[in-house]
Amino acid sequence: MPDIVIVGAGPAGVRAAEALHAEGIRPILIDEGRQAGGQGYRAPPAGLPLDIARLMGSQAAKYHALHACFTALRDAIDYRPDTLVWAVHDQTLHVVSQGHAATLRFDALIVATGAMDRIIPMPGWTLPGVFTLGGAQVALKDQGCFIGRRIVFCGSSPLLSLAAAQYLDLGADIAAVCDTTPYREKLLAAPRLANDPGTVLRGLGYLRQLQRGGVPVLHGVGLVAIEGADRVEALMVRDRQGVEQRFTCDAVALGYGLKPETQLADLAGARFRYDGDVRMWLPSIDTDGRAGEKLYLAGDGSAIGGADAAEASGRLAAQAVLFDLGIGAAPNAALRRRVARLRRFQKGLAKAFAWPSAQMRTLGDDVMLCRCEAISIGEVRRAMNEVLGPIEVNRVKAITRCGMGRCQGRVCGPALQELVASHAGIAPEAAGRLRGQAPVKPIAMAVSATATRAES
Amino acid sequence: MFARAIERSTDPVEFSIDGRPVAARAGESLLVAMLTNTDHLRRHEFGGAPRAGFCLMGACQDCWVWLEDGDRVRACTTLVAARMRVRTTPPAIEGADNA
Repeated sequence: MPDIVIVGAGPAGVRAAEALHAEGIRPILIDEGRQAGGQGYRAPPAGLPLDIARLMGSQAAKYHALHACFTALRDAIDYRPDTLVWAVHDQTLHVVSQGHAATLRFDALIVATGAMDRIIPMPGWTLPGVFTLGGAQVALKDQGCFIGRRIVFCGSSPLLSLAAAQYLDLGADIAAVCDTTPYREKLLAAPRLANDPGTVLRGLGYLRQLQRGGVPVLHGVGLVAIEGADRVEALMVRDRQGVEQRFTCDAVALGYGLKPETQLADLAGARFRYDGDVRMWLPSIDTDGRAGEKLYLAGDGSAIGGADAAEASGRLAAQAVLFDLGIGAAPNAALRRRVARLRRFQKGLAKAFAWPSAQMRTLGDDVMLCRCEAISIGEVRRAMNEVLGPIEVNRVKAITRCGMGRCQGRVCGPALQELVASHAGIAPEAAGRLRGQAPVKPIAMAVSATATRAES
Repeated sequence: MFARAIERSTDPVEFSIDGRPVAARAGESLLVAMLTNTDHLRRHEFGGAPRAGFCLMGACQDCWVWLEDGDRVRACTTLVAARMRVRTTPPAIEGADNA
């Protein structure tokens, strides 16, 4: 039986495992989390009485279906929770679980590593109390907590109103929802979104819910600064008329849509192309998720498409693996069309809720860019201003250490790309692409030493 | 800083932050257990600014804290455990400050 490994146990990974199991394969499903579900369909831990039907509303049925699917599969596959893949080379994964390192050979690899928030820095964004929008949802779904006692949701994303409405419904005090995209831009995008009216209607429903709850919802604002000495005390915004407004709060949820987690795909040999519509480097995949020799990508880790696209693309990648190994039929054409349609829709959303890339031109030198290494925007500009200063992101990283810290540029990468391009006066893709490096996440030195001994 | 929206039915757990005894609930992440008791997780290695994590999903690596036995753990993906002795500053640097 071929060794097929799936990395990531969210909707894409679970559906891929299901499709492989249906053909008699027993895949290895690696999950960095303790329970399957990924971020969006994260299950509350035992002892936390979270009302999923209330929290997830119309999406609750899909959540339950995915978890039922996994429960039925769990003993029929090799499920490995709490396991980090930190490197990939020569058809081998390097994994660590509970301090023990191991290697894992594969005949085919499906990478379904999901996504995180894409962030653009602003003054005060490293203060305690500022969390990503996705993080604010994790706090609620995984821990039953609000990120603060009085919260502002800001940035630009369809998830802003969703997350704020979930918080409001559970009794949170929300100071404001501040979306940097003008309302008009969102209306103009509506025709592009018409092929999925359900999602558009849900978004409008959340907005109405917030307005009924008396929450100020601002569109088209500029985010001026998060203020506070040692923690968040207020958010200052500039409204569409140019008037500054200050919202007292002790927590801020910040997000500008999602970016795929591509570092393992990068190490596994995926090629990348710059997508000018979403202003991101994305792995090159064919219609079924093939990204290279024995490498397949599925879910939001390859292209942002949301949970439905993740499930469909997980199934599709598994079909491609089976077909390429001579086990199954060619991937299903209807499934291909469904994945393509859902991803087109998400791209429409991403364009409507724009990533405010121009901010990287105007943000002050003292604003922090790299949280890990504490590198400011000014440090990068000064390094670039030197005679023969770098104009390529990997060179800028080597000289300034921006993007070299523990997160490996996961958080600052997109902003660094925009900063280098705008400061050099070149197109973003001309500034190069921050390369992934092993270990993709920190591992203990002791673990790394054991792994090296095991290999030699 | 964090506020509990939904009360857990799990057992209470006692642990300490910089030597101060605090209480949490079994099953809570160390990040939540700390941030329901204090308003930051750690002091940054460069400059000492307070930090409280950022992504809460194991991606940003901004929530690594120190244990008194010298280990380091990522607070958002580590569960709080009874008698855990957590530090918001590296134990060695703290010793150096006292010297």
